[in-house]
Amino acid sequence: MRTFIIKQLIQAVGVCLVISMISFFLLFLNTDPALLLLPPEAEVQDIAKFKKQMGLDRPVPVQYLDFLRKVVLHGDFGNSFVAKVSAAKLVRERLPATLELALAALILVNLVALPVGIVSAIRRYSLMDNVATFTALLGQAMPLYWFGIMLIIIFGVWLRWLPISGSDTLAHLVLPAITLASWILPINMRMVRSGMLDVLNQDYIRTARAKGLVERKVLIKHAFKNAAIPVITITGMQLGALLGGAVVTETVFAWPGLGRLAVDSIRMGDYPVVQAIVVVFALFVVIGNLAADILAALIDPRIRLE
Amino acid sequence: MAEIPTSNPEIDEAAPSMLSLVLRKMWHLRMGVLGGLLIFCLIFIALFCPYLSPHDPFKQDITKRLWKPAFMEGGKAEYPLGTDHLGRDLLTRILYGTRISLVVGLAAVILMLTVGVTLGLVAGYFGGKADAVISFLVNCMMGFPFILLAMSLVAVLGASLQNIIIALGLTGWPVFTRVTRIETMKLRDREFVLAAKSLAFSTRRILARHILPNLLPAILVLATVEVARAIIRESLLSFLGLGIQPPTPSWGVMLAEGRDYMLLQWWLAAFPGMAIFMSALGINLLGDALRDLVDPYLRKT
Repeated sequence: MRTFIIKQLIQAVGVCLVISMISFFLLFLNTDPALLLLPPEAEVQDIAKFKKQMGLDRPVPVQYLDFLRKVVLHGDFGNSFVAKVSAAKLVRERLPATLELALAALILVNLVALPVGIVSAIRRYSLMDNVATFTALLGQAMPLYWFGIMLIIIFGVWLRWLPISGSDTLAHLVLPAITLASWILPINMRMVRSGMLDVLNQDYIRTARAKGLVERKVLIKHAFKNAAIPVITITGMQLGALLGGAVVTETVFAWPGLGRLAVDSIRMGDYPVVQAIVVVFALFVVIGNLAADILAALIDPRIRLE
Repeated sequence: MAEIPTSNPEIDEAAPSMLSLVLRKMWHLRMGVLGGLLIFCLIFIALFCPYLSPHDPFKQDITKRLWKPAFMEGGKAEYPLGTDHLGRDLLTRILYGTRISLVVGLAAVILMLTVGVTLGLVAGYFGGKADAVISFLVNCMMGFPFILLAMSLVAVLGASLQNIIIALGLTGWPVFTRVTRIETMKLRDREFVLAAKSLAFSTRRILARHILPNLLPAILVLATVEVARAIIRESLLSFLGLGIQPPTPSWGVMLAEGRDYMLLQWWLAAFPGMAIFMSALGINLLGDALRDLVDPYLRKT
């Protein structure tokens, strides 16, 4: 188990490093950061002086290592070009709202995907299975931001049941959470179903039935526990999609989280903030995957021996 | 404790009634045909929209702004879906939007295919270090929320049609690599590959002539579904202001503009979204039917 965890950890750290590298080099792709920071009428010698001051005249890899050192040691991503405060501080302020939204959506997804997926697998090709499969098909074709806007129009504008933007009360959370949940629900539902089907086809299930165990016990004692593994893995894998969906959902509902900050910062070329958000998102995805892998390996010894 | 035997799922599962299987098959076939029809319409509209659309997609007329659709009270038959905030015909703009969506969807998927399948073949066939490096790269891409990377790429490169395709292509390839890699691994030790090796065929020839053709069905199915995803993602980028720029009629741009008027003029946001939804649905339906056709193993689930 220990070697398994260490291997996973090394991999996770590697992924984080590469992502930080990509997000850093994006800045140098075709722009000169100094020109972004200075007013357009700046003189050539001023630009040179500024570059020297900011360390922008050094080779790019050296700048990257410096960036990495500051991030790892102090959590310092530099100052926002626009707000003139530390990018890390901006991210810290916005993070809770995004987590609240993502968590609500995740709970909602599992509340629907687990029972529906399991029943679909047990009663394969039943009316319910067919309806669920068809709904998932529709859901996968639906752009989530359009779904969000339609929810706003129907429940916010026509029926006036729920508020349409902001984040003051719990009622504000309802529509954004449903929108974000709809983004990953179809895939989760399908995966829970196929994971459960895989388990039901295993020999040990046949054995359990052959020895005359009541079906209910076969399901609860043998099937569910093993079907939990794919469910855990899927949830880990979907974290990236969840955060990506949050970016869009937050924009539609004016939800004051990291996603909206990301869109605004990218539009304004506020790179320190963009880099900070990318690294924070990547950390969440990587840690989530790591936790899912370790949890799955704890439940199923076969995984850690692979 | 008295359980009714007919409700025992084991029996349902062992032998789903012939009728339900036949019904399901027909349903799949029907849905596939429906998907094909939708796609045909899409391509037809994209090719002939100048002849199909009643107005000029760019012509603004402030005196005609925010007219209601024809089916609502006060709407004009001349403008079937009404007009937008600049007095342009909504239907015309939606029809023209088909072009952008299809071009971006197809081109982005071709780019993903080229990068993804090549890397997947190399990783799956050679294994070892090459596999380790490529798999690691795929893991990194999976950890990067696509939308942030795509938005940043567009922001840095500049928002042009070409750059949007590049951004979508460069963020979307890992799916293809994963599928190609696993399928190649399954094939590389099969007899026909060994036979080709023993004939001293070049690696390139083995990959191109012996392995790739066997992967094509799986890749084709994946590619179909990815076109739908690319279309949705393009509209997403455009919606967020980091994709196609107004006044070009892209569905995402129209949705972003419609969003500002959703309190009173709901149709401005509803119809462009409907267009995205129908396109993606058509492509997904066809993809599902194709999967059914080419992969008998998947039919079971």
